[in-house]
Amino acid sequence: MHDKTIAELSAALAGGDVTSLELVEAYLDRIRRLDASLNSFITVDADSARAAAREADARRQRGDAGPLTGIPIALKDIFCTEDLKTSCGSRMLDNFAPPYNAHVVAQFKAAGAVILGKTNMDEFAMGSSNEASVYGAVRNPWHRDAVPGGSSGGSAAAVAARLTPGATGTDTGGSIRQPAALCGISGLKPTYGRVSRYGMVAFASSLDQAGPMARSAEDLALMLEVMAGVDERDSTAADRPVPRYSEALGQSLDGLTIGLPKEFFGEGMDDGTREAVNAAVAEYERLGASIREVSLPSSHLAVPAYYVIAPAEASSNLSRFDGVRYGYRCQDPQGLDDMYKRSRGEGFGPEVKRRIMVGTYALSAGYYDAYYRKAQQVRRLIRDEFVQALAEVDVLMGPTAPTPAFDIGSKSEDPVQMYLSDIYTIAVNLAGLPAVSIPAGESGGRPVGLQLIGDYFDEGQLLNVADQFQRVTDYHKRAPAGID
Amino acid sequence: MEWESVIGLEIHVQLSTQTKIFSGAPTAYGAEPNRQASAIDLGMPGVLPVLNEQAVRYAVKLGLALGADIAPRSVFARKNYFYPDLPKGYQISQYDLPLIGSGQMDIELDDGTTKRVGVTRAHLEEDAGKSLHEGFEAMSGIDLNRAGTPLLEIVSEPDLRSAKEAVAYMKKLHTIVRYLDICDGNMQEGSFRCDANVSVRPKGEREFGTRAELKNVNSFRFVERAINHEIERQIEIREDGGSIPQETRLYDADRNETRTMRTKEGADDYRYFPDPDLLPIEVSPAFIDDVRSDMPELPDARKARFESEYGLSSYDAGVLTASRELADYYEAAAGACDDPKLAANWVMDELSGALNKEGLGITESPVSPQRLGGMIQRVTDGTISSKIAKDVFEAMWAGEGDADTVIEAKGLKQVTDTSEIEAMVDEVIANNPDQVAEYQGGKDKLLGFFVGQVMKASGGKANPQQVNDILKQKLG
Repeated sequence: MHDKTIAELSAALAGGDVTSLELVEAYLDRIRRLDASLNSFITVDADSARAAAREADARRQRGDAGPLTGIPIALKDIFCTEDLKTSCGSRMLDNFAPPYNAHVVAQFKAAGAVILGKTNMDEFAMGSSNEASVYGAVRNPWHRDAVPGGSSGGSAAAVAARLTPGATGTDTGGSIRQPAALCGISGLKPTYGRVSRYGMVAFASSLDQAGPMARSAEDLALMLEVMAGVDERDSTAADRPVPRYSEALGQSLDGLTIGLPKEFFGEGMDDGTREAVNAAVAEYERLGASIREVSLPSSHLAVPAYYVIAPAEASSNLSRFDGVRYGYRCQDPQGLDDMYKRSRGEGFGPEVKRRIMVGTYALSAGYYDAYYRKAQQVRRLIRDEFVQALAEVDVLMGPTAPTPAFDIGSKSEDPVQMYLSDIYTIAVNLAGLPAVSIPAGESGGRPVGLQLIGDYFDEGQLLNVADQFQRVTDYHKRAPAGID
Repeated sequence: MEWESVIGLEIHVQLSTQTKIFSGAPTAYGAEPNRQASAIDLGMPGVLPVLNEQAVRYAVKLGLALGADIAPRSVFARKNYFYPDLPKGYQISQYDLPLIGSGQMDIELDDGTTKRVGVTRAHLEEDAGKSLHEGFEAMSGIDLNRAGTPLLEIVSEPDLRSAKEAVAYMKKLHTIVRYLDICDGNMQEGSFRCDANVSVRPKGEREFGTRAELKNVNSFRFVERAINHEIERQIEIREDGGSIPQETRLYDADRNETRTMRTKEGADDYRYFPDPDLLPIEVSPAFIDDVRSDMPELPDARKARFESEYGLSSYDAGVLTASRELADYYEAAAGACDDPKLAANWVMDELSGALNKEGLGITESPVSPQRLGGMIQRVTDGTISSKIAKDVFEAMWAGEGDADTVIEAKGLKQVTDTSEIEAMVDEVIANNPDQVAEYQGGKDKLLGFFVGQVMKASGGKANPQQVNDILKQKLG
């Protein structure tokens, strides 16, 4: 049963082959048996999950079930859950249980989905390896010495190890797509504004976007239907109707034009990754798509621009963690300054502190124009180039990450090397576009992700293009060894 | 050397919206600490601000009243600093793209001339909470009820040249926000707060001197005193050959002095940047038209109308339009009688005197404007004399009913029966033969004496004009 996708489980629940409670017990059992070696969950909420499963089964009895009613899911520990610890992977929030649900959480609960627990992550979503969590590193189910990617590494590993059929992630610079690629699953970063950010602990507000992580594009569609939509509590959430993404799948790719940004195929890409991506492109040609090369000439500026804008916003967003109202407060503070300094000094980990310092510097008087303003100009340039490219082609395609999963500890001492693992994903956040990563084979026994980038609010087409590939390949069905 | 002072004011006006600027929590003053603070006001993780449109409407109202530019697109920015009563570690404010651009306001000076004062800008922002330092032993308490209350910060040009001008500007702005009904104007509760930038320069020099910012001078009286004190302090330093450091100073009302709060060297770098959680404020011409259609008559226009419509002097019209409530009261009273000038006198003299004595505001007057107007009408139509009217007013003040009821109950109706007055006149003439002789000998001034005697005999109720006429006739 655990090898089934959300769509398959949904059919099984609808057909009476299994109950939600049985499913939930099965996944809880798998988490208990397998997660000790993966560390993908921070919190497992077994009692509430069982209660929600019973409620979902009752709802189905009443004939009131939707596609996700009774389906177990996991939430990245950045989504606020009422009365349930929401740590963001940080000592700062280790004691924090919010009095409200994030919009995304409320949407899943309303749809009848069952929340198994909260998944591990890089602290405050700052990282690309899930090593920067106060709860310890997450291991890649495919190779236990390798990272799962980050920052949504716990969600990616849990889905890959079949500890949950689906999970939520957040993507500020690649935090859904890169771990999805490294763990051999599917992950979607929707258009900025497609999903409300309400109740999602903010990292960089102009870039953060929640999205689904699952095994197939079809599952992503089912989850996005629940997650997306207007929310009056988030001024940046788009007031646009939510299409039935899952019903728009199955469209032929005849006549589709795919653009390959030449900048995404340059130096620094691992050979196995290049071969896998080229093979995927060939597959798409066989599916009827025509392929063209396009150019995004400012791509090389994306990482530097991102590492000004994201830390600048983060430095401000994380100011609220001051030990005054909630969260970590140091022992025995000697006055206000001491309380601030030690609460933040002890509550935040090194990568978070590094980014707060970088961001504070970038916004400082006398540096603002040289850094923040310049970075915003670069951001506009990057966006304009994407818009121009997407006027010529339907979808852009390339690798999600330059290499497959790297070994734990291999980059953790070198932040710049770590930042470069998001080199293909970051520009998409700067532009605010939707993008999906799907499994496309392997390199050296480790999964490779294929990234598809679509036009604004064109998640429907993007998911269809991903789904068509998955109908003729089995990469997304492959499971790591040792998870039975 | 002759010195000239240069003053600019930054006034924080708390907008009287029902709910906060970025959350649905109520703004009412005086609740138990932290009972009016939502998750958004508390700066909880993941929550987001949503702009209260009413605050924009109020700000645009003021912009229109000041003849100011209304920006079609303005931007909220974060002002970053740490303070325990600032929950998010930043204040949402506006920085380089404020909602309201340059405008102006006319103030009247003591010599009767009018001075135009430039308004640089006005921007929306959220208020912080309050730190409580009593009753927590070695700690401080935080009350976030006020956090997120909408503020409009109005920045003047450095056009003011004396403490008196500064006060006139502040009072005028206070009057305008009350007219617009966008602020309750309560200075004790902090709804209308003022910071003053003060510098001095040798008269005739174009360059500004280095300024000091006086924080939180929150009454008209303190503003005048604090600025005067600061001007004297700066002149003293300059005349001794010293220089003024740029700094923020706090006014101590108890000691009537200002002292350094922080110097420029220690000035905060607020690291302003556009708030990514909020969209730019887009104000359409239709929105502005809608606000304009809802604008009340403003003090200057109302004053001019009082002069032309009611024939009031410029001074009286100015006094009566100083607050919207007073002007409303006056208009209601004037509307209930035929003599608007007499109504003006009554409102400014008897009524204001009585209110001041009891420490009441115009809206708390025990005598309604309709009743006051009704009483004035009884003076105008001769039912009672002006003198008796004061007794009637006192009785109305004491709650004895309207003028007609009081006049009836107390028998205060003026005597206009000629034969009755003639009888009293005859008696007075008979009782005062010496005075009659003097009067008839050419001492005209004695007429007043006779009038007084007749009025006294009538208990003040005789019609003074008739008494006059009959006396003149009888005395020959």
